[in-house]
Amino acid sequence: MTAGQPRKAVADAGRIPGDAPRGPAAADAPGSGGPAVALAKPDPAALDRPGVAATRAARPARPARRVPAPLLNAVSLAAGVGVWALLAAHGVGGLPGPAAVARRAEQMLRDGTLEGDMLASLRRVLAGFVLGSVLAVVVGFLMGWYPVVRALCEPYVQFFRTIPPLALIPVAVVLMGIGETPKIFVIFLAAFLSTVVATLQGVVGVDRTLINAARVLGARDFAVFLRVVIPAAAPFILVGMRIGLGSAWATVVAAELIAAQEGLGFRMQHAETYYDLDTIFVGLVAIGVLGLVMDRLLLLAENRLTRWQERR
Amino acid sequence: MNAHRTSPEASSPAASEPSAPTGPEGSPSSVPSPSAPTGPEASPSGAPAKISFRDVSCHFPVKGGVFTAVDRVSLHVGEREFVAVVGPSGCGKSTLLNMAAGLVAPTSGEVVVDGRPVTGPGPDRGVIFQQYALFPWLTVRRNVEFGLRVAGVRGAERRRRADEAIALVGLGDFADALPKTLSGGMKQRCAIARAYAVDPDVLLMDEPFGALDSLTRVQLQDQLLDTWSRRTRTVVFVTHDVEEAVYLAGRVVVMAARPGRVHRVVEVPLPYPRTEHTRLSPEFAALRNEVWSAVHHQDNPVEAPAD
Repeated sequence: MTAGQPRKAVADAGRIPGDAPRGPAAADAPGSGGPAVALAKPDPAALDRPGVAATRAARPARPARRVPAPLLNAVSLAAGVGVWALLAAHGVGGLPGPAAVARRAEQMLRDGTLEGDMLASLRRVLAGFVLGSVLAVVVGFLMGWYPVVRALCEPYVQFFRTIPPLALIPVAVVLMGIGETPKIFVIFLAAFLSTVVATLQGVVGVDRTLINAARVLGARDFAVFLRVVIPAAAPFILVGMRIGLGSAWATVVAAELIAAQEGLGFRMQHAETYYDLDTIFVGLVAIGVLGLVMDRLLLLAENRLTRWQERR
Repeated sequence: MNAHRTSPEASSPAASEPSAPTGPEGSPSSVPSPSAPTGPEASPSGAPAKISFRDVSCHFPVKGGVFTAVDRVSLHVGEREFVAVVGPSGCGKSTLLNMAAGLVAPTSGEVVVDGRPVTGPGPDRGVIFQQYALFPWLTVRRNVEFGLRVAGVRGAERRRRADEAIALVGLGDFADALPKTLSGGMKQRCAIARAYAVDPDVLLMDEPFGALDSLTRVQLQDQLLDTWSRRTRTVVFVTHDVEEAVYLAGRVVVMAARPGRVHRVVEVPLPYPRTEHTRLSPEFAALRNEVWSAVHHQDNPVEAPAD
C-alpha cells in the first residue's frame, strides 16, 4: 500500500497537465493520498512541461529521507565503543578500555604475534572449510540425486549433526594426536555438516518442471545435472556454506584453546594464565573482525551468483 | 493453411481406433498388438498419423487403490495438424500429453510418434508447460539457446537460431533480460521460442495460457497461430478453455473424466488464418456451443473400474 501510493501519484501527475488541469487533480487527491494534494494548485509553468510537473509532484511522494544504513552502522559502532570505554573507565572488574586494547594490538602487530596467530587460525579454518564444503557439495548432490545414496548416508549425517563438533575434540585428540590434523578434522566436520544438509535440501527442492523442461529440450542426465540442478541448488549451497563457515570459525578457536602452539585461541588461552585481559580482548576483536570479513565475502559471492532470484 | 485437411467428411472419424473399443465397456484384456501396422491409422486428412495413442492407459497408485488417469484412449494426430484436447479437470488430458512427451510412461498401450514408440523425452517433441518452466538464472536468449547448447550447436549458428526464434515471438528487445523481469505473457512467449529453437516436429502444449489474464491470452493465441502458420508443426494443445480450443484447433478432442477417456471429437472446419472476425462469426459460436455442451453435459461417467 505504502509502496503503491507514490507510484500512483506519479502516474496521476503525469497525466493531469495533458488531460484537464485543475479538476481531476483535486478529484484524485483523496484517492491517491497526500502527494496529490500538491497538484491542486498546479504551477502554471509546469502545465506546458508535463515532465517537470511529474517530477515535481513526485518529489514529495517519496518516503521521508532515510538515513543510509552504513552511517547508522558507524554511529552504532562508535556508541558501542563509547559505552565500552565508559564501563572500563568506571572500573568494572578490571575491564580494559578500548585504548588499552588498541595499544596492545599495535604492540602485537609490531612484533608479529597477532599476524602469526591470525594466519595460523585462518589457515586451519580455510583448510577445514574448503575440504568440508567441497566434500559436502559432492555428497549432498549424490544424496539428493540418488535415493540409495541418501538412504545410506542420511542416518550418519543426521546423527553427527546433533553432536556439536567441539564434543568430538577429545576423540580427535586421542586418535590423531595434538598436531594440526585433529583441529582441521573438527573444523572440516563442522563445515561439512552444515553444507551437506543445505546442498541436499537444494537438490531435492529443484523444481520438477525445470528438470522436465530440460529433458524435453534434449538434455540427458549429466546435462540436466550440470545445467539445471547445480544452478538451481546454488542459492541453498551458498547459504549452507555461510553457516558452515560460521561454525568452522567457532570451532577453530575452541580447538586452539585445547592444544596449539599458535593461533588466536591459543593466544587467548595463554593470556588467561597471566590475567592478561588486553591480549584476550585483542583476540576476541580479531576473531570477530575476521569472521565478519569472511562472511561478507561469501555474501558478496552469493549475491553475484544468485542475482537471478526473485527476491521477496 | 489447412491445405492438408482435404476431407472434413465425418465429425469424428479416426478418434477411436476401430479395432480397440474405448470407454469403460470395452474389455480390459484387449491389449493391442505392438506390431500393428501404421497403415490403417490415418488422421482425417488421410495422411499417416504423426502421433498415435494406441489403446493407452495410465494408472497412478493412490491411497487405498488405483486412480485411472487415462483409460484405453486411442487417438491419432495427423502431420501438421493442430489438435486441441479439452475436458474437465481430472480427465487425464495432461497425462495424455505427458505420455506423448515421454515424461509419463503409459501403464498399458503405447504412444507412437513418427512410427517409433515413445520411450522418453526428446528434442523432436517440444513441450510448453503452463508454469513456463524458464530457467530463472538464464537470460531470455540463453533460455532459448538451451536446447541448442545441449545438442552441441556452437557459437554463431546457435546465436543465429536463437535470435530467429526470439524474433518469431517478438521478444527481440528482451533477449538479454532475466525471466524475473518479464510478465507472464512474455515468459510464455520465451518458452515458445525456446521450444521452436530446437525445431521440433511436434509441439505439445499443456494449458500454456491457463495462467494468463484473458486479454493476454487472446493476444498469445493470435501470436501462436501466426507463428504456427509460418512454421507449421504438429500441435497437441491441452486446455480447459472451450473457446480457446475451438479458436486454435482444426479438431477438438473432448475428454471425459473418471476414468479419463475420449468423449467426442469435434471437427473445426473454420479456415486459417483465423482472426477476430472468426471469433465473432456464427459458425464459430455454433462450434463453441457444440464443444461446450460436449464438455459440460457428458453422459453420466461410469465409476472407474479400480483394478
